[in-house]
Amino acid sequence: MPMKIAEAASERHVLAVTVDNEPGILAKITGLFTARGYNIDSLTVADITEDHAVSRITIVTNGPPSVIDQIEAQLERLVPVHKVTDLTTAGPHVERELALIKVAGVGEKRVEALRLADIFRARPVDTTTESFIFEITGPPDKVDSFIALMRELGLVEVGRTGIVGMMRGAQGA
Amino acid sequence: MTAPTSPASDNPTAMSGAAILVEGLIEQGVEFVFGYPGGAVLPIYDELFGDERIRHILVRHEAGAAHAAEGYARATGKPGVVLVTSGPGATNAITGIADAWMDSIPMVVITGQVPTALIGTDAFQEADTIGITRHCTKHNYLVKDPADLAATIKEAFLIATTGRPGPVVIDIPKNVQIAVPSERRALVRAGAHRYAPQTVAPAEHIIEAVEMIAQAERPIFYTGGGVINSGPEASALLRRLQDITGAPVTSTLMGLGAFPSTHPDWLGMLGMHGTYEANMAMNKCDVMVCIGARFDDRVTGRLDAFSPDSKKIHIDIDRSSINKTVPVDLGILGDCGTVLGQMIEAWGSRQAKNLGEWKARIAGWRARECLAYPERSTKNPGMIMPQKAVERLHALTHQRKPIITTEVGQHQMWAAQYFGFEDPNKWLTSGGLGTMGYGLPAAIGAQLGHPDALVIDIAGEASIQMNIQELGTASQYRLPVKIFILNNEYMGMVRQWQELTYESRYSNSYSDSLPDFVKLAEAYGWKGIRITEERELDDGIMRMLDHPGPVIVDCLVAQDANCLPMIPSGAAHTDMLLYGDKVDGTMDDEAKALV
Ligand SMILES: Cc1ncc(C[n+]2csc(CCOP(=O)(O)OP(=O)(O)O)c2C)c(N)n1
Ligand SMILES: [Mg+2]
Repeated sequence: MPMKIAEAASERHVLAVTVDNEPGILAKITGLFTARGYNIDSLTVADITEDHAVSRITIVTNGPPSVIDQIEAQLERLVPVHKVTDLTTAGPHVERELALIKVAGVGEKRVEALRLADIFRARPVDTTTESFIFEITGPPDKVDSFIALMRELGLVEVGRTGIVGMMRGAQGA
Repeated sequence: MTAPTSPASDNPTAMSGAAILVEGLIEQGVEFVFGYPGGAVLPIYDELFGDERIRHILVRHEAGAAHAAEGYARATGKPGVVLVTSGPGATNAITGIADAWMDSIPMVVITGQVPTALIGTDAFQEADTIGITRHCTKHNYLVKDPADLAATIKEAFLIATTGRPGPVVIDIPKNVQIAVPSERRALVRAGAHRYAPQTVAPAEHIIEAVEMIAQAERPIFYTGGGVINSGPEASALLRRLQDITGAPVTSTLMGLGAFPSTHPDWLGMLGMHGTYEANMAMNKCDVMVCIGARFDDRVTGRLDAFSPDSKKIHIDIDRSSINKTVPVDLGILGDCGTVLGQMIEAWGSRQAKNLGEWKARIAGWRARECLAYPERSTKNPGMIMPQKAVERLHALTHQRKPIITTEVGQHQMWAAQYFGFEDPNKWLTSGGLGTMGYGLPAAIGAQLGHPDALVIDIAGEASIQMNIQELGTASQYRLPVKIFILNNEYMGMVRQWQELTYESRYSNSYSDSLPDFVKLAEAYGWKGIRITEERELDDGIMRMLDHPGPVIVDCLVAQDANCLPMIPSGAAHTDMLLYGDKVDGTMDDEAKALV
């Protein structure tokens, strides 16, 4: 066991990682996190170029600043990784997440669910006489609050995409 | 997407995957391939048959192939190349790959794989080589399409040898070896963003570093394997920078030889079994310049007590090494040799500060003579002290500038402490992984790279048995390697820890049922020599040197000798155990939990 100095408080960071879209790259990255004991709160990935050659991975992690710095350095060390941008330190950025939320109920609760969905700009994408599936997009805390409210109104199931993030302004990551 | 392929017979001039591989190796200047055949690499072996341009060295176990490739790489600075079959061939090689990963040794490993159609079906001799090697390689590839092979080999060598060097695995399914691609593709992904190590440091960092060194009253250079990896030029530049700054120099286990051990400002190795003066100087310095080392736990001891009052500069080619365990004041990203050159230039015609007071303090620590071991063992007063054996070996061989390899244990540390090195690439040892069984195959690789050099594996009787089968490899290729066993009939390092930590309960650390090493040598066509008494020591060593072929020397040494100085695990640099110190043989659980 390596000796560690007493560590500073944990911080949440959102990392945007562009990588060559080659087999095994996701296993390399998630394996790196497990092998070195780093945390993954959420991870999303999809290819982003016309030729499908480059993927963008958004990782939400947490740890003390020294560990965050190590995570970035260790990611950059992987051959297929092009660039790691720490959106949290890079400046103002946007975070979005999409969720599908199934709620079942009748009567007053059903009406209330629909009313709240409207306030949150969640869209029903499937409807039966006793259930809805809502689609909601927004920053993760907005999605959290909506789910918390639905819990009281017959929440059946939740599916979340995890976060994608991007710097504000004209510049790319 | 698979490029159209046709069987080789359709087009006799077109090249199969196996032929492309062999061409690729030759293009990279590969002289030796260390390997072992099997079903999944037969097409490659057939391609090697009768090809005079590459010499295949048939080892006796795939771990031996990987360590031999490491030894070759470490001694020559060129990448080592390994060729093994799928499944057990690949898994046997893992220890050597992991070893090369930990010690940053350039290596390219070709593994055979079951045909692409069978991957994932638990086919005969299928192993997920890419999965298994993912975290002990710098990079790895599964080549599913022969059109990618040529470009993959090129990139693999580039990655293995540049930046922070390391092992790269290329896993090639058998059908890809046979197929004849109708085109050769560049790696689709290849682009400016992919893999571009930074070698030259920013000028402002260099100026800041030079300023810090020039102001220092108690500077120290702490150098590591990175200086060796950077090439002999880096060692020359280190000597030059030391000369103009006057700073004393210490080194990690991996860095020995970068700075000459005969120099008055050489402090000896630092760390767990480092010298008193090196560790004290590290603790008391005001500016530490870490050059190509990585603040390993064997070096730092207790972290919160590590060199508390110094400003730290860290030069490393791997950004993830900087601030990993020890926060530094100035991290300089770049190649050691290049950065040393930049610093020398920036230093210009400055006058070095008078370091007289600092050197006087160091002289005081030196006066402890921390390497002065007891003349006689308590348990075996008539037997040779192992430290003495290494000293004599050094005295009788150093003029021939030998290449020394080691196994792992006390003998390794004694070799590091008592065998002085003057030049880089002469000291080959398993530092990061600490792999018993490294020394003999590494010696074989080194001897192939330097056919005229004197190559000696300083071994323990336990470690040498871990890859003893490689005796046959040396016999086959007429390699005159020497094995010098410090035979203490114990896994001495384990025994020492049990003495210090577990009140001398020697659980399973006695080397029982040892072979007769002299007869074993003879069985393999080697010469065997046994040394039992001190008065035979010099003569035994001379007979080893005089014999033109390979020799095992079984040198019986005191069984109870301990390797000191020692920073017990969890202790600070200033809490060293020295010869003559009393130990109570116990430790608290927190210290016991540390490695
Ligand atoms: C492959 C492997 N297994 C276990 C160990 C743990 N270990 C470290 S030193 C040592 C004893 C080595 O004994 P020997 O080769 O006789 O050397 P000595 O310490 O006696 O000089 C052992 C078992 C190791 N380093 N490597
Ligand atoms: Mg032993």
